[in-house]
Amino acid sequence: MSLLFVLIPLLGALAIFLGSKAKSTAIATSTINCILGLGSVFCWRADVWSMKVEILSSPSLHLAFGFHDGMSVIMLVMSVLVLVSATFSGKCPEGREMLWYGSILLMGAGGIGAFLSTDLFFFYAFHELALIPTFIMIGVLGTGDRKEAAWKITIYLALGSIILLAGLIWLVSASGSENWLYSSLLASSIDEDSQKGIAALLLIGFGVLVSLFPFHSWAAPAYASAPAPISMLHAGILKKFGLYGLIRLYPMVSSGMQCWLHWLIVLLLFNIIWVGFVTINQKRLDHMLGNSSVMHMGYIFLAFAALIEAGSLEGNPLAKPAAVTLMFAHGISIALLFSLTDVIRRKTGTVEFVELGGLAKTAPRLAFLFGLAGMASIGLPGLANFSGEVLVFLSGFHSYQGQELGTLQIATIIALWGVVISAVYMLRAYRSTFHGETVKATSEQTVHDLGPFCQIPAAILCLALLVVGLYPKSLLGHLAEPESKTPLGQTAK
Amino acid sequence: MHTIAWLILGLPLLSATCIHLGFKRNQGLSTLIATSSALITLILSLVILGNGKDTSTAFSWVGAMGEHFKGIEIGLRIDQLSRGMLIVVTGVGFLVHLFSLTYMKDDRAKARYFCGLSLFMFSMTGIVLASNFIMMFIFWELVGLSSYLLIGHWYQKPSAADASKKAFLTNRIGDFGFMIGILMLWGITGTVTFSELELWSATPAPFNSTYLGIALLCIFAGAVGKSAQAPLHVWLPDAMEGPTPVSALIHAATMVAAGVYMLARFFTSVDLEIIAFAPQTIAWIGGITSLLAALMATQQDDIKKILAYSTLSQLGYMVMAVGLLNAQAGVFHLFTHAWFKALLFLGSGAVIYACHHEQNIWKMGGLRKKMPLTFLTFTIGTLALMGFPLTAGFFSKEQILEAALHQSTPLFVMAAIVATLTTFYMGRLLLVAFLGENRSKNSHHAKEVGALMLIPLVTLSVLAVISGYPFVASALSPLYDHVDFHFGPAFWASLTALVVGGGFAFTFYRNAETDPLSDKKIALVFRNKFYVDELYAQIVRFGQDCVAAIVHFIDELIIGGLIVGGCSRAAEGFGKLFGRLQSGNLHGYATLFGLGVILLIYITVFVP
Repeated sequence: MSLLFVLIPLLGALAIFLGSKAKSTAIATSTINCILGLGSVFCWRADVWSMKVEILSSPSLHLAFGFHDGMSVIMLVMSVLVLVSATFSGKCPEGREMLWYGSILLMGAGGIGAFLSTDLFFFYAFHELALIPTFIMIGVLGTGDRKEAAWKITIYLALGSIILLAGLIWLVSASGSENWLYSSLLASSIDEDSQKGIAALLLIGFGVLVSLFPFHSWAAPAYASAPAPISMLHAGILKKFGLYGLIRLYPMVSSGMQCWLHWLIVLLLFNIIWVGFVTINQKRLDHMLGNSSVMHMGYIFLAFAALIEAGSLEGNPLAKPAAVTLMFAHGISIALLFSLTDVIRRKTGTVEFVELGGLAKTAPRLAFLFGLAGMASIGLPGLANFSGEVLVFLSGFHSYQGQELGTLQIATIIALWGVVISAVYMLRAYRSTFHGETVKATSEQTVHDLGPFCQIPAAILCLALLVVGLYPKSLLGHLAEPESKTPLGQTAK
Repeated sequence: MHTIAWLILGLPLLSATCIHLGFKRNQGLSTLIATSSALITLILSLVILGNGKDTSTAFSWVGAMGEHFKGIEIGLRIDQLSRGMLIVVTGVGFLVHLFSLTYMKDDRAKARYFCGLSLFMFSMTGIVLASNFIMMFIFWELVGLSSYLLIGHWYQKPSAADASKKAFLTNRIGDFGFMIGILMLWGITGTVTFSELELWSATPAPFNSTYLGIALLCIFAGAVGKSAQAPLHVWLPDAMEGPTPVSALIHAATMVAAGVYMLARFFTSVDLEIIAFAPQTIAWIGGITSLLAALMATQQDDIKKILAYSTLSQLGYMVMAVGLLNAQAGVFHLFTHAWFKALLFLGSGAVIYACHHEQNIWKMGGLRKKMPLTFLTFTIGTLALMGFPLTAGFFSKEQILEAALHQSTPLFVMAAIVATLTTFYMGRLLLVAFLGENRSKNSHHAKEVGALMLIPLVTLSVLAVISGYPFVASALSPLYDHVDFHFGPAFWASLTALVVGGGFAFTFYRNAETDPLSDKKIALVFRNKFYVDELYAQIVRFGQDCVAAIVHFIDELIIGGLIVGGCSRAAEGFGKLFGRLQSGNLHGYATLFGLGVILLIYITVFVP
């Protein structure tokens, strides 16, 4: 069953490359995938839905899919939602439909494949698969300084992936396991020294992929010049791969991670505060959003730091749900923001703040949707990101018992200032884009409000933000309960 | 009971959703939906008040995780405090809806306005009914959002757009502290629910009282933001850019009082004798705010700005009372203040409406004859604010002065000075705007407003008088301790304040054409609000924008430029080398990269 979610977009992409009508194929496959993915929320069972095929015997590699636990399901739901809205977003240049829609489906399939793989090799390989169309699309169909942006992201992510791969190989060999299956790796134990090294490699490797400071400078230019669906898919889905991987692999190297806790805390605070200041200084909407997405990764790393501090998943039962909720929320909200920014770019021809203004008058629906997404991303209660952020902060204070503040608590307090920083840049951007007098680029002659076709992706994502924001249990419920029924590591039998 | 409480919370949300999704085009229907939802919630609140039983209900919003974290609940707590506050919120809310029907008659975005009002009613009811701190924080931010939307209702005006942004950001700074406080409190007591805090306070486990004090001060930071206390008071005067009924509802009667309400919740839940330093700090911040705001009010010319500063000053009073561990007095003043300040704002709204959106009091004058009923109601409101004997404000101010007298002489003196200043600036406002002669064409053409505007004014002026009397206050006020009246120092102080302040106002401003004090140096300082806004502008410019520019520069130059740029140039050179073999475009490089990765995987996995 779980194979289906990967197979559908893959087959769709194949069909497109073989010459079927690109746009309708992409929309059809991603919609079917989305419906199935949402349906799986209600009926998934870890033991029934998994599959495993040995494709190589020495070393033993398996093409294995399944739901580890609720975290995989939530990531799947996020991915199918972002994927379907990405197919509706952006405007494909004439004659490039095959590349455009094929890449979108490939990226979606890669992301979903990584989240559902229960074999670490394919976990890694699916992510790599998704990166290739990312580079190509930015390099070929990007805007602005696309060559440089494409180079930057290629070099960074390639380096990150290689470091990550080294870490994974080390992990597998140190564990003494005969295969790359997650369950058998989890069952084995790794000695302290190797754990330390593996943890470092994983932190750097995944860290680069998630734009952890100081490996973050690829993100903003790449997102700014990538076509809208590509930045939606990368920032929304693929960037979560790194965080997902860290949390997933954490139990194997928990004591190794402990050595790097203080380093991680320092870096994540740089992500929040330093990059936050960088974001404030941006003069263009797309650069601002790219940087803001880098900044918000800091909060998810904070939850991860809380996990490391506790020493085990049970030690801080808040940390994982917090990280997962925020990953979901961030994926949805940043995809929505990139999608709408592209609409602004196409309607007004610019994303420079100085050339915009008063758009709320000429395009009220666009203004409402952008406002909702923006408010979500700065953590307004009632929208998904808040439930994630509040859980992150609570997890930071989980070990606090009324004595002196520990390192993690101080870090949480510093990170909380980021909430003010994000409000500053988001409201400034909203003020200069949508409020004030209309200017030439936004006058009624040039701009029309969102049409129904553009509203589809926005409506899907808004709904997701609202549902999870108003009632986070709808998401967190899946995280807590099935996990206790089928404990970790017993999923892929 | 529970159903009714959930309805009070849910109806405004339903109304806002309906208006936004369905009826935005139909302006009339939108106003009808919003106003009737406000009326129904008022009736339901009265039902709850009549029932009078304490109860609570909750559902789990985030489930429990582990032993330490018991989950987050969305719960409603109905007790004397919330019942009384509900009456204030829905009562003023309904009257403001009614007033807005005329005031916003010609606005093209009427539906959006009423949608915002409904959203506000929802959020504010949430704060009032909240059963725990996290839920309160949720609605705390949501009232911030509705305030942002309503201040920025005329978002095309740059000043309104800037004011709404400033309000939101200033509140965010307060909320930063609030969240830290909630987290610390959770760590110390293990709970954030008010009822459990009460239990904890009854039998406290050993804990470090210093940290509880710090937690309280952090929580207080939330109130500093929302109730616009110094040093975060700067947003409230600017918030007057919003439509005047909004100022009456949000920025005078209800939302800004939420800080006081929240403190009262805390102070009635936890016994604070043990951490005296924190309440004392709170009292002093309240006292200082009330004094500074009263001084600034004396030199404002915009009728709404005068009222805004007086709101700041009165909020300072309330905060001071709560800080003096007399939450009853503070909340009682909140209760009476809500009615007479809403009355004053709606009265100013009527004046502004009649004078074709003229807000400068020096361009009014002589309105007494043009708008006799408005004048009468405005005068009642003014007297209540001054604390004139037998009006509502007299009783509640008396309690605050008493509280100050017993606890701290300097604060008592400060409060008495503030009372004097209040009489002075309100006397000035009344003398200049309503008495004397017409000073402009707009005020010359002013006419008495219609019945729909007068009904709220008259209702509120009745409440501005009677709400202070024990028989009304004990039934309606959120918290009320009956204190027997006696001719003590507090009474003489407030009487002196009335006579001195009124006397000065009369001497300077009777038949004045311009402000005789305006050329004094000190007046300039008051007029310019002690230059606090300028100071903050500099802090933002240097502390934030300059730092941001420098950080961005370093980020681009060192991290982005040298390190990555170097790598990318090296790779580009490398690429060019390959370019002779390959097609030379990026498409090719990416394919090469993909192949390379696959090759690498192959080597690392299969070769050894």
